[in-house]
Amino acid sequence: MTDASVDVVTKPRQARSDGRAALFLLLPAVVVVLGVVGWPLVTTILNSFRRVESALPKAPKPFVGLHNYAYILGDADFWNAVHNTLYFTFFNTGLELILGVGLGVLMFQPMRGRWLLRVAVILPWALPTVVNAAMWRYYMNADYGPLNALLVQTGLRQDYYSFLGSGTSAMNSVILVDVWKNTSLVAFFVLAGLQVIPKELYESAEIDGAGALRRFWSVTLPLLRPVLAVVLVLRTIEAFKVFDVIYVMTRGGPASSTTSLALYAYKTAFSDQLFGIGSAISLVIVLFCLSLSLFYIRALGGSMGPDQT
Amino acid sequence: MTKRRSMHRVRWWVYLIAAVVIFIALAPIVWLAIASITPSDALLEKPLRFFPAHVDLSRWNAIFTQGEHSPAGGFRVSMLNSLVIAFGTVVISLLVGIPGAYAFSRLRFRGRRTALMTFLATYMVPTIALVIPLYLIMANLHLLNTRIGLIIVYSSFVTPFVLWSLSNYMDGVPRELDEAATIDGAGRMRVLWSVLLPLTRPGIFAAILFATLLCWDEFLYALIFTSTTASKTIPVAVAEFSGKFSTDFGLVAAGGVLAALPPVFIALAFQRYLVAGLVSGAVKG
Repeated sequence: MTDASVDVVTKPRQARSDGRAALFLLLPAVVVVLGVVGWPLVTTILNSFRRVESALPKAPKPFVGLHNYAYILGDADFWNAVHNTLYFTFFNTGLELILGVGLGVLMFQPMRGRWLLRVAVILPWALPTVVNAAMWRYYMNADYGPLNALLVQTGLRQDYYSFLGSGTSAMNSVILVDVWKNTSLVAFFVLAGLQVIPKELYESAEIDGAGALRRFWSVTLPLLRPVLAVVLVLRTIEAFKVFDVIYVMTRGGPASSTTSLALYAYKTAFSDQLFGIGSAISLVIVLFCLSLSLFYIRALGGSMGPDQT
Repeated sequence: MTKRRSMHRVRWWVYLIAAVVIFIALAPIVWLAIASITPSDALLEKPLRFFPAHVDLSRWNAIFTQGEHSPAGGFRVSMLNSLVIAFGTVVISLLVGIPGAYAFSRLRFRGRRTALMTFLATYMVPTIALVIPLYLIMANLHLLNTRIGLIIVYSSFVTPFVLWSLSNYMDGVPRELDEAATIDGAGRMRVLWSVLLPLTRPGIFAAILFATLLCWDEFLYALIFTSTTASKTIPVAVAEFSGKFSTDFGLVAAGGVLAALPPVFIALAFQRYLVAGLVSGAVKG
């Protein structure tokens, strides 16, 4: 992205007319985006300080100060959702990064039939999230799930296993299902990163006697850092907002063991009709995503620059 | 992508890993299609035969012929809804996004960076934080259970993407071209329409592909804003059906395959475009 560094010497009048034209050209986009994002966000913030228990427009919405926040902070279900969300985010993003780097390196290998590998890898990513979740929900079914059939019929397991039947297992299954779909994205980022690393670097490292593993560790990984930083940010934020895959696979169960913050906010607002408290929970997600990206920008900011050693 | 000659031979075990990866990625998807044509009782057999003895096309037949209030016919209707909504969203987002992208790329104005960052920041706001007030607003405007309601909402997350990707793309088009046109006396709109737009066509095409995928995958807004057969999108139909009739997996599979067709087609046909577009912001080549 180029910015003001392309400093064209413009006359003040030209600049003013640029400003007016920009306002005119951007107005439609501003109306669409701020109307559907900005205004509701402000309403959510206001509602988080009110008691809102009805969707009717005329219903009273008394101001309750920080009551909603105090309520969720003292609510064991909230902390359970926080724990589940952090667990999901950590293992989901971690696994995707590790597997994604491996897969990216694999797709980079100059092998025959590489196109087939690349096509195969992009397909899980293309599958709609809901289809992915519904599919695996059945594959993992304890009574006739084909995944169970595969494990038993190949002798890897003795009997059918209830993947989604108990808490930890359900959570890990949901994580794996999401990893199956989204590792592709990380892998393609890594592949793109690998393609711009100059070949000479590898050659000189090899002349210096570095083995394959050492070359990966000292040449590839450091040069992949900017790309990895970007996917890390993207994937962590996506994972923290997780809703669809959990909603379809487990509805947050068994016994809220897979209820994420987004799902908890959804249930609080739309099942219990506690819109004020639901707003407060959803703002916790906003705050987390915001502070996470600020943290990343600070921590990784240096590595996004053009050169570093 | 250039073909590289490596100094090393690719070893056999690399091929083995690649084969395992291809199996893990493809087998679940292929079997989804197989399940959609497997007779219901065969799906419940133990041990399961992964390739059925005979083919059962009844679900596909039902999807295309049954009434719209049956589950199978409902898939057809919601598929159509998803197509209309994706089309409407893409059209609106391009209409409001292209002029905006031009402004970001070509005009110097105060707050340009802040404005672009604000548009990008909307990505960090989770749907769940917007959906409660939007639900109340849409209820008041009678936009619940309508396609136009979802088109408006979807445009709000597709437009920032169009703005960002197209302004990046236009940055790559040499300014000399539109400066020359300006010297020849063309106004801004004329420059945008006759000079910049034709040169931005590949970028617009990639943006259309991504915007379609974004709309197609959206679930939470659609779940909350639509509850009638006439307005439901295909992800909502698949999610509801798989929740209600979890044992009739054959029809879930058929609905799933149907829902997956457009994005899978896009991924297969335009893989290069997609991959290049995906990573364009992250990698400076």
